[in-house]
Amino acid sequence: MMLRPATVFAILVGLGLWLPLVQFKPNRIAAGEGIRLDQALAGGPVIALAVLGLLVLSCIWRMPDRMRIVLALAGMAGSLVVLGHAARSLSVEAGNLARLAPASGFWLMLLGFSLMLADGVARLGPSLPARWLILGLVLVAGFGILASGMLDQISVMREYATRRAAFLHEAKRHLQLAFGSLGLALLVGLPLGTGIYMMRRLRGPVLAALNILQTIPSLALFGIMLPLLAWLAATLPAAGRWGVSGIGAFPALIALFLYALLPVVSNTLSGLETVPRATREAAVGLGMTRWQVLGQVLIPLALPSLIAALRIVLVQNIGLAVIAGLIGGGGFGTFVFQGLNQMAMDLVLLGTLPTIALALLAGIVLDLLIEHVARGRP
Amino acid sequence: MIELQDLTRMFDGQPVVRDVSLTVEAGEIVTLVGTSGSGKTTLIRMINRLVEPSSGRVLIEGLDAASLPVHQLRRRIGYAIQGIGLFPHRSVAQNIATVPRLLGWPRARIEDRTDELLELFQLDPARFRDRMPHQLSGGQAQRVGTARALAARPDLLLLDEPFGALDPIIRAQAQTDLRAVQRRLGTTMILVTHDIDEAVLLGDRIAVMDAGRIVQYDRVARILAHPETDFVRAMTGGPEGVFRLLSLVAAAEIAEPGEAPGPPVDAATNLREVLSLCLSSGREALPLRSGGRVTLAAIRALAGRGGQ
Repeated sequence: MMLRPATVFAILVGLGLWLPLVQFKPNRIAAGEGIRLDQALAGGPVIALAVLGLLVLSCIWRMPDRMRIVLALAGMAGSLVVLGHAARSLSVEAGNLARLAPASGFWLMLLGFSLMLADGVARLGPSLPARWLILGLVLVAGFGILASGMLDQISVMREYATRRAAFLHEAKRHLQLAFGSLGLALLVGLPLGTGIYMMRRLRGPVLAALNILQTIPSLALFGIMLPLLAWLAATLPAAGRWGVSGIGAFPALIALFLYALLPVVSNTLSGLETVPRATREAAVGLGMTRWQVLGQVLIPLALPSLIAALRIVLVQNIGLAVIAGLIGGGGFGTFVFQGLNQMAMDLVLLGTLPTIALALLAGIVLDLLIEHVARGRP
Repeated sequence: MIELQDLTRMFDGQPVVRDVSLTVEAGEIVTLVGTSGSGKTTLIRMINRLVEPSSGRVLIEGLDAASLPVHQLRRRIGYAIQGIGLFPHRSVAQNIATVPRLLGWPRARIEDRTDELLELFQLDPARFRDRMPHQLSGGQAQRVGTARALAARPDLLLLDEPFGALDPIIRAQAQTDLRAVQRRLGTTMILVTHDIDEAVLLGDRIAVMDAGRIVQYDRVARILAHPETDFVRAMTGGPEGVFRLLSLVAAAEIAEPGEAPGPPVDAATNLREVLSLCLSSGREALPLRSGGRVTLAAIRALAGRGGQ
């Protein structure tokens, strides 16, 4: 039997209700115990039953897509609110040292509702402006909930509260790493991709070299770069002053840049190759110079593919930038690796959650941009 | 006037075009006909230097084509190809305006020129100006491609199998339209085709190419009546040969005084059509609208003399 998507989402959320909502730990690094929704809140059983009822309804009645979207948004916000309330009421009894972390039940509910949202949006196929609006609503609601203090008793938020300045600093550094390496990759990759489009002989060697680069694990890459960059910084004082060093942000930037080159170069090449031969011949035959052919015909026609490269690389680099934390390069990875060393999962989450959120956001925003560019084309 | 002098092009040590010399008078259409691999496309691509000649030169109105920067040369020579190659991201008007924009014409002049060309090719400017290429039929796209090639009033228009992508019915219309446009504008044209009927219909002169050489270059009637080599005879002759000859002669040229039954035809109607009408209506002669008649016997006599 085929499961309807609505049933799958209902099972996910239902499981979430049944599994622990929050994890209670007497202190930051102690092992914890899970507490279900109906145990965590005074009104818990009522809320759980109400949600369960709605879920059963969603399985048997094929509700309109608009309604499903609203329900999913309400569910996502509701999960957060319930989590915040549970944490607040539990922390009153337990005192300041105790930690309350979101547990498996919460994550499953969030997953179930966000899949429901994605499915609803995909089925409804709303116009582009409407999709920007939905994205904006989710963002505003998310920031609103965070700013309201509702979640302040959640362990991740308490880690945040003690590291507010560091968090902002690392967030800035994370974005610098992701966007900086993206900028470098575009600066080098676009001309390189265009170059091997024009010089067919160079395609094989260049793509092979980039493919090999892509397979080197990041730790090995750091290992290779460390002596090289350290030597460079030692022999060329100017390079050192420009930030070149064996560890820190510079090698992280270079590693991200190298990993980004292959997608940029190969997408540039494949985008240019989609331009019909007759179109290119006509452009040359009508008297465009080499640069005019490139700027007026080839690049505009390759644009969807170029933006797709931008999307791949940005999402990839936002995620990968976490490894900078390993070599003192800063970014959200700093919290991840600190947390791992201290066995403090809340701290790991403080690095992980914003990374995931940023990557998701970048992916969605660029998808919407790609559709804008692709509009009005055959 | 376009002069090709001793043009040769080698590819990998093999001559593809050998020692071709050809003079095209201003305002004429020369059709370059030959089998595939005869070097005809390479020959016209040497005129706008998409292929550089290995030796020889091209003079356009006395000016050596090699003396100009290549993109400036190409802006003075229209170029239309089989694949048409409209820019898919630009509207019809923007496509047509390509060369005028490259030449830096003022905007108002470009707009006037675009509309003028759309009208010339029977595309209503209000309806077609802002269409995108993917919204055009094959015949419309072909007309836009030719309009684009003519936009900056080039001295010369090169057409490489321009109707190759069209189905037979649309192709016949497109050929007639091109002929009419050329008559109005007086543009010198060199058209490459492998179709001898297209060459006869459109050309003032035909150059027959074989294995990189021009084997005969002459007025259409002379090529058909006096093929100089077996290759030309094979190309122009065959069972259709006599009809090609008749298609070049107007009814008025062999008219005689007298009466004939049935509806009259125009004096400009070609003898191929007159013959067809005689046979299909079972008449021995057709009356001309301007007076007199054309007899089946006169057509037969003319065909027997090889069109002379």
